[in-house]
Amino acid sequence: MKKSILTAIVIILTLSGSYAQKIKGSDTVLPLTQEEIEAYKKEKPSASISVTGGGSGVGITALLNGTTDIAQSSRKIKFDEKQKLAEAGKAVKEVIIAYDALSIVVHPSNKVSQLTREQLEKIFTGKITNWKEVGGDDMKIIPYSRETSSGTYEFFKESVLKNKNYMNGILSMPATGGIIQSISQTKGAIGYVGFAYVTDKVKALNVSYNNGKTFIEPTIANAKNKSYPIVRPLYYYYTNLSAEGKSFIDFILTPKGQNVVSKVGYITIK
Amino acid sequence: MNKVLEKFVESLLKMSSAVTGITVLLIIIFLFKEGLGLFKSSTVEKGYTLVVNTQNPVNRLTAVEIKEIFDSEIENWKDVGGSNEDIRIFRFDEIFTMYSDEELGEDYSLLPQKLGEIIQSDSTIIAFLPLKYVPKNMSGIKELKTDIISTSDFFLGTIWLPTATPSALFGILPLVVGTLLVSFIAIVIAIPFGVGVAIYLSEIASERMRKIMKPAIELLAGIPSVVYGFFGLVVVAPIVQKVGGLTLGETAFTGSLILAIMALPTIITISEDALRNTPKAMRDASYALGANRWQTIYKVVIPYASSGISAAIILGIGRAIGETMAVLMVTGNAAVMPHSLFESVRTIPATIAAELGEAPGGGTHYQSLFLLGCVLFLITLIISIISEKISGRKIIKE
Repeated sequence: MKKSILTAIVIILTLSGSYAQKIKGSDTVLPLTQEEIEAYKKEKPSASISVTGGGSGVGITALLNGTTDIAQSSRKIKFDEKQKLAEAGKAVKEVIIAYDALSIVVHPSNKVSQLTREQLEKIFTGKITNWKEVGGDDMKIIPYSRETSSGTYEFFKESVLKNKNYMNGILSMPATGGIIQSISQTKGAIGYVGFAYVTDKVKALNVSYNNGKTFIEPTIANAKNKSYPIVRPLYYYYTNLSAEGKSFIDFILTPKGQNVVSKVGYITIK
Repeated sequence: MNKVLEKFVESLLKMSSAVTGITVLLIIIFLFKEGLGLFKSSTVEKGYTLVVNTQNPVNRLTAVEIKEIFDSEIENWKDVGGSNEDIRIFRFDEIFTMYSDEELGEDYSLLPQKLGEIIQSDSTIIAFLPLKYVPKNMSGIKELKTDIISTSDFFLGTIWLPTATPSALFGILPLVVGTLLVSFIAIVIAIPFGVGVAIYLSEIASERMRKIMKPAIELLAGIPSVVYGFFGLVVVAPIVQKVGGLTLGETAFTGSLILAIMALPTIITISEDALRNTPKAMRDASYALGANRWQTIYKVVIPYASSGISAAIILGIGRAIGETMAVLMVTGNAAVMPHSLFESVRTIPATIAAELGEAPGGGTHYQSLFLLGCVLFLITLIISIISEKISGRKIIKE
């Protein structure tokens, strides 16, 4: 008797497990996917979708192993990841579900309010070490970075540092919250965080990508019209999709789904 | 019937100890097996290679040179033994901005050809390419020879840049020094406090006081380490920064303070137990000889309990060295050789926790993290051997 109940439970669990759409990957996309699932379930209460984080790379590896249906990623799929999927006979498809922008943040008392990309590169690679070299007070610059496992770390390296390495021995924090906390209590600090995380404990800088001709304020509007330069797409990757998964992605792309995007603090695709 | 049951329980106990032993052994074997592969790997990222024009006299580059070239710190070939020409860096992805996917043919069959043409046409180029797409049997191009990661690079290197492309640097010295520094200072802070509190609780405090204090201290051990870390980042770091007049609060010293607090419950509970285990007869004998309370504590109780107290201290050290989350949050995690206590450091456990998630399985970064785990294991092994020796010696003296 007991045994049969147990087997029944196991069967039910595996069955429901196999029907649930699994999404895995980037921690940046995670809060957005969670909110989207909430909203989607209001429309379709029977839907069964589960999401886990772990990092963009983890998600794409899971897609390759077949342990997830959709991989969420805060960076574009790498060439060799695409090759590996192709070798496994899986053609990968890509959807951009939202955009995320990075703000450069400093301590609120810092006089500097704008920097060019070249200056940022020199600060984070350790060539500029004092705020007076970029028009601020005579104070040591303390750059904060994210840990290497973060997609944000990679994106910043690509976009701002032009693939150069961060300076040796840069301070690195395990989470965005840690960066905000540290910068708000360290006078000479500078760091980068997603738009959604900027609070009034830190000051966001205007950035120029054309050598100081124009400096763009980090606002949602500027990110949307593509004038703010440090913007990255957030992706879903999948190989073959069930009807459930397809209707979920379609939902995200509707105005309702995109409403959720701006509510979470990301930038809508249109 | 009873006999059978006895036998059964006996074999069950035997089996569980065997299982434990085998598990420990398997973990150690796994750790070393994964880690030691690092010393067979090339300094250049797996599956990739560096290609130059044959007119270039340079044949070999070290890992540091490669890193400096790709970071534009070395900009001229003559700095690495070549001719006096500026270096042109070519990263694989650039090919996709020069040609569309159609031009590269089906399944990228024309890709090696196109890459080869680019390298042939420029004698100052250094290209970082996947091995798969290196043009074969093409004149005018050559692969650079690179080194194998050596044990001295790993153990004595001072630069930890595990995600640097094309050539990652795995120098663990700053991490080892950081770990030992933070733990050592933590234990220096924790010993006087911990032993002091233990003596107070076992010898001086009233029974009522002890009944309140002991559970309170044990409660300290139950607080999750991430909470300690958060407390350290938000409360302790700004205090250290202000009091020390420092530019930043996330320093080795902050980490030591937090670790000291975390090691306290272990040290207090175990040494208090050891102190209280001193037989009443010993104390009575001391009093009978006319010794007062202080003399009894100092000359009789502490020497009797000394092996227990050292065991407590060693366990405290073990706790401090292996602690991950709290340290990850408060020490700033800068992988540089620390020159003072008031600089940011990166410890071994924090490095493993922060980096393993995204290190591609089986790659050099992954292997280097496992090897770091081995190093940490050896450090704690040495500590526990020392603690065995210490407690063993005292018992003989009795």
